[in-house]
Parts: sequence; structure tokens; C-alpha cells
Amino acid sequence: MRSRVSLLIVAAAFLAACGSGGNAASNSSTSTSLSGYISVFAAASLNASFNALGTSFHRANPGVGVNLIYAGTPTLVTQIEQGAPADVFASADTTSMDKLSADGFTMGTSRVFAHNQLEIVVAPGNPKGITKLADLAKPGVIYISEGPTVPAGKYSLQALATAGVKVTPKSLETSVTAVISKIELGEADAGIVYTTDINAAGNKVQGIQIPTADNVIATYPMVAVKGTKNSAAADAFIAYVLSTTGQSMLASFGFLSAA
Amino acid sequence: MRRERVPIVVVVLAAIGAAFFILPLVGLIVRSPWRDAVTALTAPETVDALKLSLLASLSATAAGLLLGVPLAWIYARVEFPGRDLLRALTTLPMVLPPVVGGIALLLAFGRRGLFGSWLDTTFGITLPFTTVGVVMAETFVAMPFLILTVEAGLRSMDRRYEEAARALGASRWRVFTRVTLPLIGPSLFAGAVLCWARALGEFGATITFAGNFPGVTQTMPLAVYLLLDTNTSFILSLVLLVISLAVLVGLRHRWLGSA
Repeated sequence: MRSRVSLLIVAAAFLAACGSGGNAASNSSTSTSLSGYISVFAAASLNASFNALGTSFHRANPGVGVNLIYAGTPTLVTQIEQGAPADVFASADTTSMDKLSADGFTMGTSRVFAHNQLEIVVAPGNPKGITKLADLAKPGVIYISEGPTVPAGKYSLQALATAGVKVTPKSLETSVTAVISKIELGEADAGIVYTTDINAAGNKVQGIQIPTADNVIATYPMVAVKGTKNSAAADAFIAYVLSTTGQSMLASFGFLSAA
Repeated sequence: MRRERVPIVVVVLAAIGAAFFILPLVGLIVRSPWRDAVTALTAPETVDALKLSLLASLSATAAGLLLGVPLAWIYARVEFPGRDLLRALTTLPMVLPPVVGGIALLLAFGRRGLFGSWLDTTFGITLPFTTVGVVMAETFVAMPFLILTVEAGLRSMDRRYEEAARALGASRWRVFTRVTLPLIGPSLFAGAVLCWARALGEFGATITFAGNFPGVTQTMPLAVYLLLDTNTSFILSLVLLVISLAVLVGLRHRWLGSA
């Protein structure tokens, strides 16, 4: 899954037309000296938001092409450790980041750039009338979860344990996407996913909020990968994600602020 | 057959071709944690996955024989318009990505599917997330191998034996069971074994249609995938590998004999 932010002349023209009027430019560490390509290995749940961030970063730095590679966080760690040419790694949990760092594949310390929280996902109109975690254990409700090796599945177990709810899922799916698509198809009634996933799915599913006391907040750190051939651009991209512009873009996709 | 001198180019290319297949297997064998083999194989989840895999793949083979042999017989013996199209449709899963096959099964036999919604409202039967669902997914993907092998056997057999039996007064059923079946025995056996091996390794359609839950729908390939980062997955992969190798080596004689 690789999408290249194309080097649109239109984008450059658009930027020129806009001028450097706003304070976005000063926040986003724009530098005319940056050039080349960077490959950003990002967690699957960052797909939509990082596509937008990549495009916008490229507009601010027309000399830098951004390759975005998405996969489950554990898969990305394996790929980087097996020599995949990554410049930036954006993880969906701190465990994976700590592992990569302990194995000596990171440059400098990682920075937390976003948080995400859990919501219950149901079909539009909430046909089973689910309002809280305990409703997942009601008879007649088909609850499915991500497997315990998937971060979202691990967090779901934590949230259910905190709320004191005992429920056996009908299936342990391999990804958040698989859970959402089975609810969309009507095969299952409820699952637990990230707020951002429900945002991304639009009106095909509906989210039910989980009280803060039971919720699990996922932490997303990012870092430059050791051996990057373009550390200036890699650092600039990380700074851009942490800038006010980057943070407000992430917020528009449903992420919680890093602060 | 006389010994021929083999051109050196052929030898070199063949050696590269063979290495391409053998090296990954060697990698798997070398990197496997042999010390943990016994623990991995006797772990309850491994035993569950193994039992379920055997049960489901054998059931899929039985279903394949029951439904596939009549189809093969019709393809080989009956001329009717649209036969080629029907044959193509019933062997499509051989080239269809299995995940797509799984989604197609959901759209037909799922809780909201064309036929599945009728099953649900009339009998209260739902197939996804059940062992029956696993058998259906495996049959869908594996039966085409049996159909094609048996059809080839029926086409290549000498029909004069059947005609002779009929002329001597045997009933059609008696001819089928006493003459036809023994004559196509080798291809029937080869088809069944191929079907079984394919069912045993089935992943995509199973996880999409039947989901993944230990003891109910989690077969060996699903367990291997979900344990991607642990030693058990290597051992389970080797178990699948040894079974498949035994099947293919054993089949070779049958195939040569039946030609």
C-alpha cells in the first residue's frame, strides 16, 4: 500500500498564488533548501490524515516528494528492521516505538504527535440500541473485536476490563478495517475501534462514545529512522506534523491533540 | 528413455528456478525455534486449530466429492448451451482473490445476504462466524480443483468399457459404480487430495466469511497469521508445509499412473 503524493505543478502554483501571507508558513518550518524524497512509514490508522499532511507538507516544501507507506504498526517495525528504506516512522503505539528504538533503528528521541480514543462502532441508526460497553454483552448482540495482537484489540480488552464487562467476541479480526466492514455488511452488530476510523468511514457506520473513565487513550509517537539519507527533510516533516498547521489537520480527522 | 545431453543454459535456469522455491523453505526450517517445537505443538490453541483444520478440510473434501463429481460428469458427458460458461463460473475461485470470494459468500450467504437473509428470517440460521461457514469457504475455494481433475479423468477414460457393461445388461448406476468410478479412480483420488490440500491452506475466504475465533473458526493458516511475531507460527507453518509436501510427493505417482 504505497501512495505517492504527486509533484503537481498546480500545487506549486497554488502555493505561489497564496503567497506566504498566513502564519502557517512560519509554523511549518518551510525551507527552500529542502529537496529530494522521504519515505514515511505510518500506521494504518493514519492513512487519511497522513495523505492530507503529505500533500500539505509538499505544498510548503515543493522540493520534497513524500512517499507514504501504510501498514499495521508491527508490520512496519518488521519491515524497517529488515532494511526497508524508511526515513520517518509514525507508530500507533509506544510499545512498537520502544522496540524499534531499543533495537537501534531510530535517530534521536521520538515525539508524540497525536492521541486517539476508542468508540463503539454500530450500524447507522444503531438498530440494537447500544449506548454503553455493557450493552455489548446483551443477548442477541453480535460483538466482534480485533485480535489481541492488533493495538486496537489490545485497547478494547483494556476498556472492557475497566468497565467490568465480560463479553466474548464472535470473531477476532485482523484489523480495524475488517471490523468496520463486517458491521457495514450487517454481519456483526458492534465492535470497538478508534474515533478516527469512525470519522473516516463517514455515514456507513455510527459511533457511540465511551466514557473517559473507561476509555483507553492511544498514543502516537514518530521518529526519524536511523540511516535516513535525507534527515533534514525527515526532521522537517516531523516538525510540520507537530506544528499548529499539522495539529489542526490531525484534529480535523478526529485525533486528539498531542499536548 | 535414452539419456540426452542437457544444455548448460537449461541447467543454470532450472537451478535458479529451483533455488527460488527451495530457499524460502530453507529459511523457514533454519529460523524455526526447534527447541520450542513440542511446546508449540501441544499448546491448546495449536491443538484446537489443528483439529478444526482437519475437520473442516475433510468436510470440504467430502462436500467437494458429493457436489463436484456430478458437475464434472455433466461437463464431460453432457452437451448443452452455456456449458463452457458454467464451467468457467464454477472454477472461477481458482483465480479469484480468496478475500473477494469471502466477500461474495457474505453477500450471498451472510446475515444480510441474498440467500442468507432468508435463512436467517425463516430458520434462524446464520452461517458467518460458524464452523459450517469455514467448511463453505474452504469448499468454495477448493472444489474447482476436484471438478477439473475429475472431468479430465472422465474425458480421457475409455468409454467402451461402459458400453460393454451396458450391453451386458448392467444398470446405469451399476455401470457408474462398478466401471466408471474404478476407471477414474486415480483422478478422483488426485482431485480429492488436491481439493483437501487447498482447503487445508485456505486463509482469505475463511477469515472474511467465517471470521476468526479459536476452536470455532480459527484454522491453522489463521492461527499462523495472527501469531505472526511468535515462534509458534514458524512451527505451525512447518506442519502445514510437511503435510503439503507429503501430499504432492505422494500424488506424483498417482498422476503419472492416471495419464
